Amino acid sequence: MARIRLHRLTKSFGTVQAVKGVDLEIEDGELLALLGPSGCGKTTILLMLAGIYRPTSGDIFFDDQRVNDVPPKGRGVGLVFQSYALYPHMTVYDNIAFPLRLRKVSREEMDRRVREVARIAQIEELLQRKPSQLSGGQQQRVALCRALVKEPDLLLLDEPLSNLDARLRIETRTEIKRLQRQLGITTILVTHDQVEAMTMADRVAVMRAGLIEQLSTPIELYERPANLFVASFIGDPPMNLLPMEYRPDGGKPQLVNSHLSVSLPEAARAGLEQSSSNAVVLGVRPEDIRLVPEPVDGMPAGEVFMLEPLGRDTLVDVRVGQQPIRVLVPGGTEIRPGTRVWLQWDWDRQHLFDARTEARLGVNADAGRPAAAG
Amino acid sequence: MARTVQAEPSRPQPAAGRYNAQAVRREERLVTAAVYTFLVLVSLPLAVGYGWLLLNSFSTELAHGVWPSGFTTRHWRFLFEPPSPYYPDLWRTTWNTLWLAVGMTITMVAVSTPTAYVLSRMKFRGRNAFLALTLVLHAFPGITLLIATYYVLRWLGLLNSIPGVFLVKAALMLPLGIWVMKGFYDGISWDVEMSALVDGASRIQTWYKVMLPQVLPGIASISIFSFIYGWSEYIYVITFIQDKNAWTLSSYINAIVGDFRFLDYGLLSATALFYIAPVLLFFIFTQKYLMRVTIGGTKGGS
Repeated sequence: MARIRLHRLTKSFGTVQAVKGVDLEIEDGELLALLGPSGCGKTTILLMLAGIYRPTSGDIFFDDQRVNDVPPKGRGVGLVFQSYALYPHMTVYDNIAFPLRLRKVSREEMDRRVREVARIAQIEELLQRKPSQLSGGQQQRVALCRALVKEPDLLLLDEPLSNLDARLRIETRTEIKRLQRQLGITTILVTHDQVEAMTMADRVAVMRAGLIEQLSTPIELYERPANLFVASFIGDPPMNLLPMEYRPDGGKPQLVNSHLSVSLPEAARAGLEQSSSNAVVLGVRPEDIRLVPEPVDGMPAGEVFMLEPLGRDTLVDVRVGQQPIRVLVPGGTEIRPGTRVWLQWDWDRQHLFDARTEARLGVNADAGRPAAAG
Repeated sequence: MARTVQAEPSRPQPAAGRYNAQAVRREERLVTAAVYTFLVLVSLPLAVGYGWLLLNSFSTELAHGVWPSGFTTRHWRFLFEPPSPYYPDLWRTTWNTLWLAVGMTITMVAVSTPTAYVLSRMKFRGRNAFLALTLVLHAFPGITLLIATYYVLRWLGLLNSIPGVFLVKAALMLPLGIWVMKGFYDGISWDVEMSALVDGASRIQTWYKVMLPQVLPGIASISIFSFIYGWSEYIYVITFIQDKNAWTLSSYINAIVGDFRFLDYGLLSATALFYIAPVLLFFIFTQKYLMRVTIGGTKGGS
């Protein structure tokens, strides 16, 4: 088990800087997810932790020991690739035993450990097969066994679920989390899938273009996104983000654009005053908006344009002027396209962002945002 | 559909419709027959050539120089005694030929396997230039180097020796071997290699424990080519080897063609068959092996 610390870590490939100075601390036994779109540098960080890539600058510490120059074999790391990367010429047994053979573990102990880990992952009956004879889910378990059999201090998972079908993904998600809790291994999960990150991780680091945008618990990410990028990336269906102009004068603070205007309570003024200009972005999640048939004071009216039934919920596309706004309503809704509706949401469920700096506006706007990741 | 109608004009047409199973099947059969006929015609000259060799090696004479007649095993006596005192021992010659083929194979595999790995996986200055140069070398006609390599071999003291021939021959064939092997290495995903490193293997261990087993089909194919080229080598053998103790079977046949006042077609055919047989056997076995090893790899992987 290990506590991991990254200090101002960067990595460049030629002129391209893939990781631009990342500070990160991972507690012993924690499951942390690196979440971001492809090309954001998350896999590069993973491979630096594994010792495959050498950092361009900055440091990596395992339990306060600097490991920048330690080769992969000296780090006690288990790694599961997206492609599983099984050795096709070896049986499942030999695949799992490979790390132990390299360490010259005695035959009896090797056999005991291989069978033990195969039992936990429920692949005992597959030990004599070749990887090409296994399904995707089985290959994934073998890859996980091979990473766990070394009893690593740090487990790295690179998109471990993305090659599995939807149903298997949910099962494996639970399985991996259970194993991780049971064994208490510090784990870093790299993924572009927000559901994967949110459901499995204790904390999530959302990355973009080589930097960490926000590091916090899954709920915090959802409730208080630190900036526009996180707000748009987290949540499905995505948050409605409306570019507005802040009008401080008059009675209540007002947000206005060419399609709609919203008046806010006086309490919102303090946050709005932090903005670098009057251009702000109003964010409301589809699930936080209610549709009401009667006019609501200070709230916009619109017309139902289209319905997308999702089963449990129905996604309603409402047009306010030309501005589309997504609203999530219960599945068996009676609403039909063409209906005139009023939108309503609670003040504390809305998010305000500075349109220029993209930062969150409001009290404690910077909570959860790592200082050096700006 | 016109063809099917012509084939059986008397039978009443099945109920008109777009889904006529019989007509489709008949057409498929015709196409198959046409393909077979074409292939037989094209391979006929080769088959006739080998058949002629076989008949000729067992017949007493050739009417008009082409038509074999009578039966004899006299032409195969060379297996037990030299056709004339001029010839070296046949088995020694055969052994030399095998040594040339095997030596060539070992050299090719030993050099191209690691070289191709480095070219496929490592970045270093001049890598692209090196790759381009190997291609150019491959396009270079080796025959133009005949005289120069003769002098090099003489200087190295490798004239009249089998290793001399297979080193030259392998040097000329290496670009091909390296490119073939590089293709096989390129096909293995980086993930597998990184995985081995993380599992605790050194770079060298990764190479021979994880990479080599996966390029076995490549090693098999360059081995087969090298062996066959080595076995059938002619021009370098007769140029670099005069000493009869170092003759190979191609020198032997060259002597039969060149030295008799009247060319003994029977003897020539028998020795030619003797020369061909091992290659044919070798090819039959290795081809099976090739077919088996290429079906590998993993579903999720690569």
